[in-house]
Amino acid sequence: MKILVTIKRVEDYESKIKVKPDNSWIVTDGVNYRANPFDEIAVEEALRLRDSNMPSEVVVVSVGPAAAAAEIRSGLAMGADRGILVKHDAFVDSDGVARVLKAVIDTEKPDLVLMGKQAVDVDDNVAGQLLAEYLGWGQATFASKKESLESPEEKAKKPGVQLTVDKKSAQVAREVDGGLEVLEVQLPAIVTVDLRLNVPRYASLPNIMKAKKKPIAEMTPQQLGVDVAPKVKVVKVEPPPQRTAGVKVPDVQTLVQKLHSEAKVI
Amino acid sequence: MATILVVGEQANGHLKKATLSALTAAQQVAQNTGGNIAGVVIGAGAGQAAQELAAYGIPVHVVEGAAFEHALAETHSAAATEVAKKAGADEVVIAATAYGKDIAPRIAAKLGAGLASDVLAIAGSNQFKRAMWAGNAIATVEVTTPVKVVTVRATEFAAPQKAQGKGSVTPAQVAAPQPKTKFVEFNEVKSARPELTEARVVVSGGRGTKGDFKPIEQLADVLNAAVGASRAVVDAGWQPNDLQVGQTGKVVAPQLYVAAGISGAIQHLAGMKGSKTIVAINKDAEAPIFQVADYGLVADLFKALPEMAEAVKKLQ
Repeated sequence: MKILVTIKRVEDYESKIKVKPDNSWIVTDGVNYRANPFDEIAVEEALRLRDSNMPSEVVVVSVGPAAAAAEIRSGLAMGADRGILVKHDAFVDSDGVARVLKAVIDTEKPDLVLMGKQAVDVDDNVAGQLLAEYLGWGQATFASKKESLESPEEKAKKPGVQLTVDKKSAQVAREVDGGLEVLEVQLPAIVTVDLRLNVPRYASLPNIMKAKKKPIAEMTPQQLGVDVAPKVKVVKVEPPPQRTAGVKVPDVQTLVQKLHSEAKVI
Repeated sequence: MATILVVGEQANGHLKKATLSALTAAQQVAQNTGGNIAGVVIGAGAGQAAQELAAYGIPVHVVEGAAFEHALAETHSAAATEVAKKAGADEVVIAATAYGKDIAPRIAAKLGAGLASDVLAIAGSNQFKRAMWAGNAIATVEVTTPVKVVTVRATEFAAPQKAQGKGSVTPAQVAAPQPKTKFVEFNEVKSARPELTEARVVVSGGRGTKGDFKPIEQLADVLNAAVGASRAVVDAGWQPNDLQVGQTGKVVAPQLYVAAGISGAIQHLAGMKGSKTIVAINKDAEAPIFQVADYGLVADLFKALPEMAEAVKKLQ
């Protein structure tokens, strides 16, 4: 089977995020970039599915600046087979990304598309669902699994997304409010992944070396015939309201007394 | 006149509280645009849940029937879109719950609408405030399309007052789509405690519990609180996934949030810093959680929480 995985280049969540003085965006100088952590989980899942369903191929796709080739390489170093970079320097909203991905998918014709449920920069959580609608495909968002990340199944690197015997559908456990819902979705389908689907592998040094030789095809939204003018524009970026540190209390009795008579919450 | 459609969420005939937050957001939109508000509730039991929504004085459409029994994104987005089109809606508002996040983008794509997601505030007729970078920045976004879809963070919009008059409840006839997805099962995580996102008090435990949640649960019982957890705790399998509070888990804003043995990673803070009063209990006086806490106590949670439970009991 052919599995397509998306990877977005995002600010490292360990970096300090500061807003620009002119409120146009965040300060990007001195910020480290990396692959969106949810996308790494998607790559891991794709690799597990590939390795348990050979022959299969994993293609990683990114929409972003030329520098996003580094994040595609990180996916290739984890073990993906080849990459596609759709180059665009300016901000693309989630709708634009979904339409670019649709154009790529129309050519690539994968059996399954795995995506992070959201990118940790804009925190939108919509591109996968938009893409599913544009393709007319089924979707299973927030893929998780019944076993914990400490379970023997996870240690054995079993995929959480289960293909049916005829391989025409996949069963996906989804993390929803109040529990886990299991859906069966016909392939091809969009699956967006949540945090507890798997623990992504680290790239080994030999695989990092090998990844340098793997091909990355480059194209632009224009070549794909997609207008990426945003439907949703970011007009202002501000720092969040600061919460000021309150008081330290010496003991539990003082704490409970203050919660009762001062904050009046108990 | 413009119409704003609120897509409700229900389970077993009961309207989810988050829907009322979406209604409040829709009322704020209506103040800007001068529009009328209507509602739609979809799925098994929708008729009953629609009565709850209609009590707020808005007409509510109901989509029921076998094709819509389960909350599949394909079928529910199709039904909501058809109702939106028939009502001539130029704005669709949904709570940003798992359900809302699942269906809203498909509705937006069907309507050719721009989507503002997980909105914290309505900032004008086509502008909305939302958190980005795990809450480290607040962006104002502008939706440029004539029709707009908005999902709203429920904790940021208080429920509205019930209206004097009740709105009408009418069945909507919509085509039954042929979904490519089918429901298999739902494994509910049962709890006698209030739901995390709806509780007045939340007691959360972190790595400092070393997996022993008894002190957390004992205090939660005394306070009639929901139990929450940090990401480290659920990743370790110590507590179920759906207890995770944080940017990537549940976003909560209770009257009182007690963080015990939680260091206060940015991603956790993003999920709870909207709480009215925050208490931090941690052995490490330098833990970042103290920077957002109204009341900090440097102590061992295994001693402090049982003592706190006893002290609260005496007050009651």
